[in-house]
Amino acid sequence: MVENLLSLAIWTPIVAGLLVIATGGDKNANTARLLALAGAALGFLVTLPLYTQFDTLHGGMQFEEKFAWIASLNINYHLGVDGISMLFVILNSFTTFLVVLAGWQVIEKRVAQYMAAFLVMSGLINGAFAALDAVLFYVFFEAMLIPMYLIIGVWGGPRRVYASIKFFLYTLLGSLLMLVAFIYLYFQAGYSFEILKYHTLPLPLTAQILIFIAFFMSFAVKVPMWPVHTWLPDAHVEAPTGGSMVLAAITLKIGAYGFLRFVLPIVPDASRELAWLMVALSLVAVVYIGLVALVQTDMKKLVAYSSISHMGFVTLGLFLFAGNELNPWAIEGAIVQMVSHGFVSAAMFMCIGVMYDRLHTRNIADYGGVVNRMPIFAAFFLLFAMANSGLPATSGFVGEFMVIMGALQVNFWAAFAAATTLIFGAAYTLWMYKRVVFGDVANSHVAEMEDVNKREFLILAILAVMVLGMGLYPEMFVKVMHVSVNDLIAHVAQSKL
Amino acid sequence: MEMKSLYLLIALAPLLGSALAGLFGWAIGRRAAHVATIAGVMVSAIGSAYTLNYLLNGGEPFNGNIYTWLTVNGIEYSVGFLVDNLTAMMMVVVTSVSLMVHIYTIGYMSEDPGYQRFFSYISLFTFSMLMLVMSNNFVQLFFGWEAVGLVSYLLIGFWFKKPTAIFANLKAFLVNRVGDFGFALGIGMVLYHFGGSLNYTDVFAAAPALKDATIELIPGSTWSLMTVTCILLFIGAMGKSAQFPLHVWLPDSMEGPTPISALIHAATMVTAGIFMVSRMSPLFELSDTALSVVLVAGSITALFMGFLGIVQNDIKRVVAYSTLSQLGYMTVALGVSAYNVAVFHLMTHAFFKALLFLAAGSVIIGMHHDQDMRNMGGLRKYMPITWITSLIGSLALIGTPFFAGFYSKDSIIEAVHASNLAGSGFAYFAVVAGVFITAFYSFRLYFLVFHGEERWMKVQHDDHHHDAHDDHDHHHGLGPNDKPHESPWVVTLPLVLLAIPSVFVGYIAIEPMLYGDFFKGIIYIDHEAHPAMATMAEHFHGAAAMTAHALQTLPFWLALAGVVTAWFFYMKAPQIPAAIKRMSGPIYTLLENKYYLDDIYFALFAKGSRLLGMGFWKVGDQALIDGLLVNGSAKLVGLFSRVTRKLQSGFIYSYATAMIIGVLGLMTLWLSGVIAR
Repeated sequence: MVENLLSLAIWTPIVAGLLVIATGGDKNANTARLLALAGAALGFLVTLPLYTQFDTLHGGMQFEEKFAWIASLNINYHLGVDGISMLFVILNSFTTFLVVLAGWQVIEKRVAQYMAAFLVMSGLINGAFAALDAVLFYVFFEAMLIPMYLIIGVWGGPRRVYASIKFFLYTLLGSLLMLVAFIYLYFQAGYSFEILKYHTLPLPLTAQILIFIAFFMSFAVKVPMWPVHTWLPDAHVEAPTGGSMVLAAITLKIGAYGFLRFVLPIVPDASRELAWLMVALSLVAVVYIGLVALVQTDMKKLVAYSSISHMGFVTLGLFLFAGNELNPWAIEGAIVQMVSHGFVSAAMFMCIGVMYDRLHTRNIADYGGVVNRMPIFAAFFLLFAMANSGLPATSGFVGEFMVIMGALQVNFWAAFAAATTLIFGAAYTLWMYKRVVFGDVANSHVAEMEDVNKREFLILAILAVMVLGMGLYPEMFVKVMHVSVNDLIAHVAQSKL
Repeated sequence: MEMKSLYLLIALAPLLGSALAGLFGWAIGRRAAHVATIAGVMVSAIGSAYTLNYLLNGGEPFNGNIYTWLTVNGIEYSVGFLVDNLTAMMMVVVTSVSLMVHIYTIGYMSEDPGYQRFFSYISLFTFSMLMLVMSNNFVQLFFGWEAVGLVSYLLIGFWFKKPTAIFANLKAFLVNRVGDFGFALGIGMVLYHFGGSLNYTDVFAAAPALKDATIELIPGSTWSLMTVTCILLFIGAMGKSAQFPLHVWLPDSMEGPTPISALIHAATMVTAGIFMVSRMSPLFELSDTALSVVLVAGSITALFMGFLGIVQNDIKRVVAYSTLSQLGYMTVALGVSAYNVAVFHLMTHAFFKALLFLAAGSVIIGMHHDQDMRNMGGLRKYMPITWITSLIGSLALIGTPFFAGFYSKDSIIEAVHASNLAGSGFAYFAVVAGVFITAFYSFRLYFLVFHGEERWMKVQHDDHHHDAHDDHDHHHGLGPNDKPHESPWVVTLPLVLLAIPSVFVGYIAIEPMLYGDFFKGIIYIDHEAHPAMATMAEHFHGAAAMTAHALQTLPFWLALAGVVTAWFFYMKAPQIPAAIKRMSGPIYTLLENKYYLDDIYFALFAKGSRLLGMGFWKVGDQALIDGLLVNGSAKLVGLFSRVTRKLQSGFIYSYATAMIIGVLGLMTLWLSGVIAR
């Protein structure tokens, strides 16, 4: 058994990214690509033992590593994963591999920098998922934004400046408040930044509510929850395909992960008090955003809104309390939905990217009859559209179904509102699919489209296997999270007042 | 062979065929694609027949899991099979009709460029439908439920260049999703209130104790748990089995190729709702309210959809409305707790309606894809096999004694007659009046197509585009010198094979299925509360006696009257229908516009939700959140910085003034006691 698996998961892609940068200018672009692919593949492979060697019988943190970092302030390089965060480390490394492939020929300028940005970001994101020290988490959490800013800012679309400023405005306030919360907790916990110590720290309700608000400001923007979601469609529209894939598949998950790792266990009483608000905002996201997605004319915006709506299921599932207890269907459903959304949204953005590379437009109206020219692509796109609509046997079904089942056990009308996604989700996804893919060849540009190449086929096929695999055998993902989820439910049920 | 392996083979063989034809169709070619899929379905059909025979001869029903799909809260949710008599009967119906349709497709789709794709889809459908009927739990049922919906979507939109086809398939999927919305919530109710398991056996065992359980959905008003659960589940059935008001997708589904109209939109998929409610009889029996809802929905569908069949001129649409009406009959039977009668009619209907659809398809081939009955006539001379088999199918449909439909439909009417459930009075009127209507539109079709004047000789072919040959579906109509011709044997053989059960299956099956042990322990009926089946059993003295007795019953004479009226109107005095059409102005317009339901739904739901979405987007997201909050706070920061910039003017006197004002202000507050001294 290899020690330091988590450090490997973090630093392998970062080191690989630095090596890629070292290849220099675009004359070595091919070397950069190959090196990046090797780094991403290695980065993914080192995360696999996290799953295979994971102890599903015992709770708590596994693969822990702890060294003093800034001893004077008692800040530690402390890593560890439970059955929840482990999945996201793997998902993130998996997505990075696909993203490197997705940018293979598409990115022609500053290739090394592009690939390096993704690799470094991948390592930093793994760090955020694995960190058990608040400062370490905060550093990773903030640092991972830098590559994303660069990706949108350098390789993005025409309105990239507006998009990144909007994103900046949104995140700044929240992050600062989170830091304030950490500092407060540091003193309360007797000069410690240990996240696990915060979990057991008794806190009065007022303090809990203030901490809740501080965390909420930070994580709700990331998820994003209504009404702090409007940065996401803009960011997606401007980001290159790979950026959108990571943004949707991974970055959004960090917000939801924050609620799981920080909000629920650190301030359980405040979570209970404010659960109604979280549930209400989540349901607004599901219904309101679902309807907004319906009227989008830009494919990327549509899928971005669809992401917000699907993330609404995650936050809904996380805050369904029956009395003191969180509902296991809902919590596990939310986590399943997070993983599934990682596959499905990445696939949807990939599909849009494939079409964009050919026609250089994301407007639904510029397409029509794509299936006539790209039958293989159309088949993949249909599978992912169906997964996005929550069709059983795809991963998209499992999470939604579980959260609806859980919601019904807490409040029938919450389940009722959530279940409307069966209708709206199918409506916005398949209506777009109809206008883009079906019909006769709409114009001379569509007539010139060529079907997917081998590289695109490979990416779509890998994602298809995941989407179907998770839909047909979700147990594979769920069995590793049971103990951690049960611990969380038991922990949150205890008052900390 | 172990039965579990056999059942796995039955389910998976069509999936394998589908994968071969779908993924490798481009490599293996057309012939191999149909050989592979037909072989797969043949394996399933033989296996299903073997299974039914095995069970009828005392074999043990099977109820077991294949693998654990999900574990939550310590409870396992598995993929598994329940194979009892009900399942086995469904398996035989599904696989045998599917096999016929597969063979038929060789002829019907022979010129279509999507040949392999079509075979792949229909085999995938067979797999999905088998997973649905063979399931032993609610999750897998829902999987099959939505999977058949997916394949239906793919097949309605098979000719994806046709705007009407891709409108119809989206509509079908979304209307079905409305049903599934209810169905999913129904499953949620079962999961939450029936002990945490979703296995049929466990749920049905828990049900009786919950008969009088109530829940408070709205604070202060209590509802019967069983009623709410059953109605939610039934909403799913309304979508899939096209019951009013969720029926609107089925007529439009005729945009798909005819073989799938026969397989999916007549014989099998649309009966999934009927099958589901029958399977859930231990639940539905516990709520009279839910049964009344079922009964009324079915009655409305049976009668009012029949009316629409009268005014259609498209041959497929007549059969489609007939299907709607017949599904209504089955639902009525469910409502009066005559589940076995519903399933019995499901079976007989599967054979004769598949036959009628495939015969209509044969006519359409003969007419070179002209579907308008006004352009047909006299085809019996040119298409003898299609003619005879159509006649058999029509006779079965209208309930002619000794034909299959007679036993099932008459039993439904008698069951409604014997019921005392709220709504059964209206239902009885609906199903009896429906007999006349059914006979009328069926023989209207029959006479218009096969008898009378050969109108196709006179049709003007202004809209005839021979240049659009690759638009396989758009060129239609016979050329000036063409004559209709009988279809090839691959088309006519399935017609003949389906005609056989359309005649005999009712006579053979009525006794075991309705009054024997066939459904013993599977379908549960509370005979005290719902005595319809028990009353009928008292009056049943064998199929032969029932046939003989038919001549003394109202339905027989109504059916005859329908046939005679159709003959008189369309053979003898064709000016009468035209005159009626003129005189009945608004009613005719209402029928022709399908009661305006399509228009109302489109305006209300399709346009309404887009309007709402546009409002949320423009007002909520753009004006309020972005305009006011985001850009507003950006402006606020800007404003603040402008103000503070002015403060830092660098002029001593402005600093001094500010200081003096501040000190004065603080002193005032101090003196007035606002700040503690």
